[in-house]
Amino acid sequence: MSKKRLEVRKTYKLLINGAFPRSESGRTYEVKTAKGAYWANIAQGSKKDVREAVYAARVAQPKWWAASAYNRGQVIYRLAEMAESRRDELTEHVQVAEGLKTKEAQAVVARSIDRIVWYAGWTDKITQVFGGANPVAGPFFNFSMPVPSGVIAVIAPQDSSLEGFVDAVLAPVTVGNSVVVLASERRPTPALLLGEMTATSDFPGGVFNIVTGITSELASTLATHEDVDGLDLEGAGAQAGELAVAGAATIKRVLRPAASDDSSLRRLRAFVETSTVWHTVGQ
Amino acid sequence: MRTCELTNLVEIDVSENNMEISRLGALAYDPAPESAALAKLQPSYGLFIDGAFTDPSKHQQFATLNPATGLPLAMVAQADVRDVDHAVKAARRAYDNVWSTMSGAERGKYLFRIARLIQERARELAVVETLDNGKPIRESRDIDLPLAAAHFFYYAGWADKLDHAGFGSSPQPIGVAGQIIPWNFPLLMAAWKLAPALAAGNTCVLKPAETTPLSALILAEILEQAELPAGVVNILTGDGSTGSALVAHPGIDKIAFTGSTEVGRLIQERLASTDKRLTLELGGKGANIVFEDAPIDEVVEGIIDGIFFNQGHVCCAGSRLLVQESVADEVLRRLVRRVDQLRVGDPLDKNTDVGAINSAAQLEKIRELTAYGELEGATRYTSSCRLPDTGYWFSPTIFADVSQSHRIAREEIFGPVLSMLTFRTPEEAVAKANNTKYGLACGVWSEKGSRTLWVAERLRAGVVWANTYNRFDPTSPFGGMRESGFGREGGRHGLEAYLNV
Repeated sequence: MSKKRLEVRKTYKLLINGAFPRSESGRTYEVKTAKGAYWANIAQGSKKDVREAVYAARVAQPKWWAASAYNRGQVIYRLAEMAESRRDELTEHVQVAEGLKTKEAQAVVARSIDRIVWYAGWTDKITQVFGGANPVAGPFFNFSMPVPSGVIAVIAPQDSSLEGFVDAVLAPVTVGNSVVVLASERRPTPALLLGEMTATSDFPGGVFNIVTGITSELASTLATHEDVDGLDLEGAGAQAGELAVAGAATIKRVLRPAASDDSSLRRLRAFVETSTVWHTVGQ
Repeated sequence: MRTCELTNLVEIDVSENNMEISRLGALAYDPAPESAALAKLQPSYGLFIDGAFTDPSKHQQFATLNPATGLPLAMVAQADVRDVDHAVKAARRAYDNVWSTMSGAERGKYLFRIARLIQERARELAVVETLDNGKPIRESRDIDLPLAAAHFFYYAGWADKLDHAGFGSSPQPIGVAGQIIPWNFPLLMAAWKLAPALAAGNTCVLKPAETTPLSALILAEILEQAELPAGVVNILTGDGSTGSALVAHPGIDKIAFTGSTEVGRLIQERLASTDKRLTLELGGKGANIVFEDAPIDEVVEGIIDGIFFNQGHVCCAGSRLLVQESVADEVLRRLVRRVDQLRVGDPLDKNTDVGAINSAAQLEKIRELTAYGELEGATRYTSSCRLPDTGYWFSPTIFADVSQSHRIAREEIFGPVLSMLTFRTPEEAVAKANNTKYGLACGVWSEKGSRTLWVAERLRAGVVWANTYNRFDPTSPFGGMRESGFGREGGRHGLEAYLNV
């Protein structure tokens, strides 16, 4: 038994509509560890893959929003439970991807999981925090509620492969949107692991869609796609300006990269609409 | 015990009667009892202080009974003044050393654990609740348990979001909370008290009701399984003297009480000259207001659910029915027929609608007040269902021709008894609904939303249900106006009761 066992390696794939396809293009690209060694061949998604993902997200979004806020909270909490049970695996991938020491990678994973829990608690609270009754001067009962924008395209952070990814993706999902995410181009595997976990957390297929590939090639497809409602440009880098301009054509809600602390609700507010209802009052 | 079978139907002509009986014959269910063994009860329980159960033999003990049989379920400890002192000091240590210094995120994760453990042990807890309380298993299984878990889940999420709750930045906890809860929803009331208190960073000494201590003791086991730090929650079983000692203890910063207005008044007097915080959730005499345009079938179901849910042992029960005159006869006719169809009997039977009255004392109170109903001239309709031979039971009852001065229209009966009055105009409905010292909940039944809102704006009640009744949700504030108490439980508002704001 002293012989070292040969490990079984995994082929990394996209996550579209709850399934794990290769890119329809058949392309892959090589991803290296932070130290420069070969790490994995990653599916190099195409524009068609992106469009498939947007379609899946559009179909899934009403189902996700139709679930009760409590139910959505429990599903997101389930994701935290899944992530906790695969902590070591996540740690290894974050470590390899970001070149961190073990302890640093462990801390990143711990913060990421706690962040998922933080979002789980938001699903049934944003209505009270962002909404409310409005004391209009007249015989009307008037109230405003936040409702999701719809399908959100997220250009995930390029450096923060897990923690930044969690924040960028969970925020729009928490408030009821579905997402199509371009994972970090150079560090995609932690995101893909989390994607696998969403498949065992009772998310309806299509709420989370992850496309890997070359950001500069795919981002513009999302920014110009007429069925995308919002755009988070966190990982867009130098491309952010032109993508924001492209998003203007269809009046997308655009979240530009910005420094923000953990308690900021910037991301939660970015992709909600305010829906106001007037109702008459009288005998 | 047997479930109620239909025998005679009131005020229905012969042909309709035959039709009714043949229809109901198809509904004569076989017994479908849940197993009492699922409760896995121990013969005796100690107190839960500083993270551990005390030795039951060190305390004076008393039996907690199954109200459906009158037989003892288990022995529980009578906490005395010294026990209260130990518990409060343990809670103070836990507050100072652990809980108030822990991050909200970490507190929240404990609460998520508790929510999950309640979900995991829901079936066992539902059986315990039904055995100890007498409520139908259908209700404990489908309402008490899911809501208790949901309450912990909801407030777990608040623990690291207090900055966003609208009370300014970094709102602080109050300290050690003494929490006294009633017997009508034993576990749910424990959840309503503990979850927001813990989320806000307080530590707790909880006293469950004398007649329903068991689910709180199972909850203590769950707190152990969740590895909640010692002393953060302490659970003291006992009678009124235990609650009294808790209220009087100088180490308590806040009292939260749910129970009768009578006891609430005493507690407020006791605390009036102290700096202790107080929230009270007290009695009620909820009015269900039915306008002539309301869909009658839904109304009848809503009224039945509003008053007979949990045997009417509900502070917000729709115990007064206000019906617009033009539809009053029709509503009464249907109600009387419907009440006869309620299955009264074995609370563990999954088909049971109305279970046992919680205690001999409560049964006596219900009997006294209903006797007054007849004495004062109201017309009584009582379900013809057969009642079990042992235990505490009361047949679902409706009084018609009730006037506002009758005791059954003014006093909280806290049993399966409905008092029906009539009105002509919306103004009269509002006036009659508000003609009470209480102000907990009301129902409005109408297809006309604008009128419902017009009425709701004028009702002096903490909760108004429109075309529904007895709805509860962790996100929705619940609590009373006037002598139904003050403070809210549930929702963002429920945090205020446990924050120093």
